[in-house]
Amino acid sequence: MADPRLKSIGDLLARQGILIAFAIFLVGFAVFSDRFLTPENLETVIRQAAIIGVMAIGVTVVVIGGNLDLSVGSMLSFSTVLVVDLHDKIGPELAIIVMLAATLVLGAINGFLVGVARLNSLIVTLGMLSAIQGLTLIYTGGKNVDILDQETTWFAIFGRGHILGIATPILMFLGLALFMHVVMAYTPFGRRVYAVGGNPTAAVFSGIRRSRLVFSTYLISAFTTGIAALILGSRVMGSQNNVGQGYELLVLAGVILGGTSLLGGSGNILKTVIGVLILGFIQNGLLLMGFPYYAQWLVTWVVIILAVWLDIAAKRGRLLSPIA
Amino acid sequence: MMAPIPALRLEGIVKTFPGVRALDGVSFEVLPGEVHALLGENGAGKSTLMKTLAGMHQPNEGRIFIEENEVVMRTPLEAKAKGVVLIHQELSLAEEMSAAENIYLGELPTKSFGRVDWKTLYAQAGEILKRLNCKFGPQTRVSDLSIANKQMVEIARALTVNAKAVIFDEPTASLTDAEKVVLFDIIRDLKARGVGIVYISHRMEEIFTISDRISVLRDGTYRGTLVTAETNEDEVTQLMIGRSLDLSRNEAQVEFGDVALEVRGLSCGSLYRDITFNVRSGEVVGFYGLVGAGRTEIAETLFGLRTPSAGTILLEGKEVRISSPVDAIANGISLVPESRKEQGLVLGMNCRDNITLPQVDDLTAGPFVSDGAELAIFEQYRDRLEIKTPSWRQAVGNLSGGNQQKIVIGKWLAMRPNVLIVDEPTRGIDVGSKAEIHNLIRELARSGYAVIVISSEMPEVLHVSDRVIAMYSGEIIREFTAAEVTEDNLVQAISGIRADKVA
Repeated sequence: MADPRLKSIGDLLARQGILIAFAIFLVGFAVFSDRFLTPENLETVIRQAAIIGVMAIGVTVVVIGGNLDLSVGSMLSFSTVLVVDLHDKIGPELAIIVMLAATLVLGAINGFLVGVARLNSLIVTLGMLSAIQGLTLIYTGGKNVDILDQETTWFAIFGRGHILGIATPILMFLGLALFMHVVMAYTPFGRRVYAVGGNPTAAVFSGIRRSRLVFSTYLISAFTTGIAALILGSRVMGSQNNVGQGYELLVLAGVILGGTSLLGGSGNILKTVIGVLILGFIQNGLLLMGFPYYAQWLVTWVVIILAVWLDIAAKRGRLLSPIA
Repeated sequence: MMAPIPALRLEGIVKTFPGVRALDGVSFEVLPGEVHALLGENGAGKSTLMKTLAGMHQPNEGRIFIEENEVVMRTPLEAKAKGVVLIHQELSLAEEMSAAENIYLGELPTKSFGRVDWKTLYAQAGEILKRLNCKFGPQTRVSDLSIANKQMVEIARALTVNAKAVIFDEPTASLTDAEKVVLFDIIRDLKARGVGIVYISHRMEEIFTISDRISVLRDGTYRGTLVTAETNEDEVTQLMIGRSLDLSRNEAQVEFGDVALEVRGLSCGSLYRDITFNVRSGEVVGFYGLVGAGRTEIAETLFGLRTPSAGTILLEGKEVRISSPVDAIANGISLVPESRKEQGLVLGMNCRDNITLPQVDDLTAGPFVSDGAELAIFEQYRDRLEIKTPSWRQAVGNLSGGNQQKIVIGKWLAMRPNVLIVDEPTRGIDVGSKAEIHNLIRELARSGYAVIVISSEMPEVLHVSDRVIAMYSGEIIREFTAAEVTEDNLVQAISGIRADKVA
């Protein structure tokens, strides 16, 4: 217990645990699979992680503000279905605008119920998760949608295209992450989100309009989900009614792996990016090593529990709580 | 006769945290049947010592003895089993459970199949509550109890074990005078039964009422023990802060400026009624009254946190409508709230960001918060208020109470308000910081602020105010000038005796 070396290892784990875990995974997979560290594979992984990653950026903002957003999974289904379906009906430009507007309306409903009406965010967004799933099914009547003219539409750029030799989803993911990181770390808005998440009462006593602020965090997570729908719809050129099912948990896993506290008030967008990439690399690494697809669910769970546990253990200096 | 065996004895306790030597070779003992007061400024190491005694911290060096048997206490449960019980300042009760369940939490009497034996539970708990002269039954839900009665439940919990030493941490912080009397009776009763009592408080008069000996800590070191009957407040204060504290009456004769704030016939439902007063710039107006007299609610209304049901607020002669803190801030009103941890600070945030939080929108370069502007403000108020922190990056939660309070005051001074409202400016902070904050309030008034001070401590009100407004049950009973006010007429006023009957 009093060993100073142990203490400093604990400190290091607490501060940089996520980076260390990331490095260990990369080395581990590189040793077991010679295809893992090739540029092609790395690009594939990041491109696939982009959808979860883009959503996780917005959800990180909500969580730093002290709330949860579990509705993003079914919101992704809805928005993807909408943009794909409207693509052939009103053209890609209008389809994108209508889809983003509709997604923001859903975010505004979350924001109103949590921010203004002050209802519990877990309950509100869990309810929205199923409500939006219902909305999607009503919209499609249960049928899957797809884009007919997949070869020539410029809509393909979001999911399949490259800009300056880099896959568009990767550019959008990393660009959005960088932008949001700057907003959260260096602008008054970001500061207010941290304050409201850290102590909502003190924030109100400091003249921060808490309702408005929480409202806007939900608009942000809706917006990033809309962008994710753009990438997904464009990549698949079609959509099932339940395409985003379960994404809310993967997104939340990325946020948690990135070290953002579910209690609010602390967290970091760039670390969320790393959290999401870890998830992506684990899934990819397991596939390359020949594990069945389903193994990744189990392993993902183990990784999240370990990450959270080590984080807490490092903070309190021991594995188990001293209080029985 | 042999010297009595100490109920609890510490020898050369050293406890370090990263970067801090919180306790540096502290020795301390409490005899059975003794009330031993432990004093020290915030940050002097009292809390750390207490937590070490209660098994929440492990000392790096040093030994702990219970009745001269050396013990190691790894957890609070273990400490309790060995007869050391800590009564927290912040109560730790299960609010939704009955008093009886809380008293026996963790050791509920059971029947076959692990079912709770309610009959025995209520009987035993009822017995203990009766011993404490409690007016409520064992089946009362804790959330229905007053803070004082919740504290009784905590004390009752201590009595279920054969306690050899009970540690009280700031037990009177939220008690009324009548409740204090009851608490002291209980402490005397425990004492008569041979329990050793460690009593931690900032309130000098209590310590002189209840304690037998006083030990003082300063900067993590032991400074000495005094026998209460043979010492005085001045000597104790000297030992604590190295100088004496001035709490003389405020007799400054100054010219005040224009009326900065005027309130006419302000009412808010049943909270307060028909409140009329004014504050001139350069003046400190003290609001004195019992908890629940409506003082804090008036402050919250002026700061836009409550909507008044009638009445007007005028700033520099112009009527204003204040419907949110944003409005209040825009109108130059600042409020240093009653509870710094809940309302004043974001504890996980660093010192600089806490101070600049209300004005972060205005401290920008382009779309970004300007680091330089923020640091300038932080440094200005750190120096002016003598805030002690290793760096602006330090999370506010790691500072001592006095320094936290200075951060809150600094945060609101930095807004350059016209009217500054300070609610309980020195609650839970040590004597040294108290004096500094009092001086600061006087100094702010001299430099032209209109200041409202709300306080439940009479010496404080008398020390800082130019005028005192006495409130009782939502009404202003009487207004005193500094020349008129005495402790007697003030006590009469806040007990609900009308001014006309007094005069």
